[in-house]
Amino acid sequence: MTRDAAAEAEQLARVAYGRLLAILAARDGDIEAAEDSLADAFAQALSSWPGAGVPRNPAAWLLTVARHRRHDVRRSAVHRLTDSLDEAGASAVPALVDELDPDAIPDRRLALLFVCAHPAIDPAIRTPLMLQAVLGFDAERIGRAFAVPEATMAQRLVRAKRRIRDAGIPFAVPDRSQMPARLGPVLEAIYGAYAIDFPLVAGAAPRDSLADEAHYLAVTLTELLPEEPEALGLAGLISFSLAREPARRTGAEFVPLDEQDPGRWDPELVALGERYLRRARALGGMGRFQIEAAIQSAHCDRATSGQTDWRALRTLYAGLLSVAPTLGARVAYAATTGRVEGAEAGLAALEAIGDQAVQRFQPAWATRAHLLGEAGRTEEAARAYERAISLTTDAAARRYLERKRSRLGRSGHAREAEPGA
Amino acid sequence: MRYALLLHYPQPAVPTVRPEEIEAGKAAFHAYAKALDDAGVLRSAEVLQQVAKATSLSLKQGTPQVQDGPFAETKEALAGIFMIEVPDLDAALAWAEQCPAARWGTVEIRPSAVRFVDGTWTGAT
Repeated sequence: MTRDAAAEAEQLARVAYGRLLAILAARDGDIEAAEDSLADAFAQALSSWPGAGVPRNPAAWLLTVARHRRHDVRRSAVHRLTDSLDEAGASAVPALVDELDPDAIPDRRLALLFVCAHPAIDPAIRTPLMLQAVLGFDAERIGRAFAVPEATMAQRLVRAKRRIRDAGIPFAVPDRSQMPARLGPVLEAIYGAYAIDFPLVAGAAPRDSLADEAHYLAVTLTELLPEEPEALGLAGLISFSLAREPARRTGAEFVPLDEQDPGRWDPELVALGERYLRRARALGGMGRFQIEAAIQSAHCDRATSGQTDWRALRTLYAGLLSVAPTLGARVAYAATTGRVEGAEAGLAALEAIGDQAVQRFQPAWATRAHLLGEAGRTEEAARAYERAISLTTDAAARRYLERKRSRLGRSGHAREAEPGA
Repeated sequence: MRYALLLHYPQPAVPTVRPEEIEAGKAAFHAYAKALDDAGVLRSAEVLQQVAKATSLSLKQGTPQVQDGPFAETKEALAGIFMIEVPDLDAALAWAEQCPAARWGTVEIRPSAVRFVDGTWTGAT
């Protein structure tokens, strides 16, 4: 019985935490206070459910207890909540809780997501804030994922939550006219949980990957916004990327996308990615995440067709450049140009990137080295590999480049790492 | 070229850092040093004691002036030194970016001028 109640509470914490918090915080914009009252409600569930039994509608029970908690705290000038747990619990839960319809608890998580990624909130804290408010992660876990000490992360989170409260950031879903501008940061923050800028050093301290959580958030967003092609595109992109996760390394060496063994890709996740992409396409529009998902899809197509359609990929990268001309996308475009039109054309495309930052951008040097090798310019290729290797802090990627350098002039057909592989 | 990666960060008040965090920090620094070493670019690495344990000495006044504490009180203090040898600043920056301390402090990248080896001063390169 005790275990059932505990398991029930834990299960609820996973699925209902964000929903309950969204409702509690929306009242006065105070996420911190809402978190406290929800934590109290969970603690009370753990102490009373084992004896009294799990209520028929546990989420509604938690919400009611948490609301009473908030009410008590607000009424009490001195916030004397420290020793009143039992007392409040006994009186606070009205009998009619059991009669509430479970589906009647509205899902306000969308507003909460928009609050977390509000333009007035520092972009660097948006992803951690989402993980805490929507998934209930504590600062310790988030700090670990971002390689930041817990105290530092906790401080940043508290600062952001106070800013939300004090600045009066509304708990509301933007209307149609504002949606395009406001959706971008939400998507970025969710993607941020997937593409955490992990330190790339080999054997770095064990960190929790948040890839699954990012996937969950992206999928949740498609449920809350089923008609937004970019939300679907993001869910597709993360599905494809997750699918290829097992194939990114063999032993201790990095494996670029086009050398990966499709047999090691997860077919279910690939199929899921395809479904999201189809839905996104049906809605029209071509945003960054949808194009990136389409690029992933084109690569994953090799699992069935046995070959890569580089022309299609180049068209997709050209499309990506028109909406999101990042350095990575420009280098990838040059690399695909090299595939389609030959190494010299690829090199020309690489040279055409005017940005100074390209000089210290590792993928640009890896691509240049490969293209020079393909063009038979062995000495220049060796120098470019040298530079690429000096910029590579990840041991697996370095091993790959070193192996390629050692093969220079032998076959000229070593394959190159695609940026973003 | 040889570069010193000078790690500066706020000196934590001891009670606020939990033992697990210290362990996690040690593990991160270990992995970082190991990665530099595996790449063949690490020359030396030292992590310093808290700045509160520093003692400063000067003879500027003629007689030794010994002061309990650091030379200068700053918000962020020197906390560690990694000497690396890489082709250029861009490579040094790539490694500095991976330094655990860069996430909560600042990494100053400073080229070495000369160093004393086998009884004589030699150029840094």
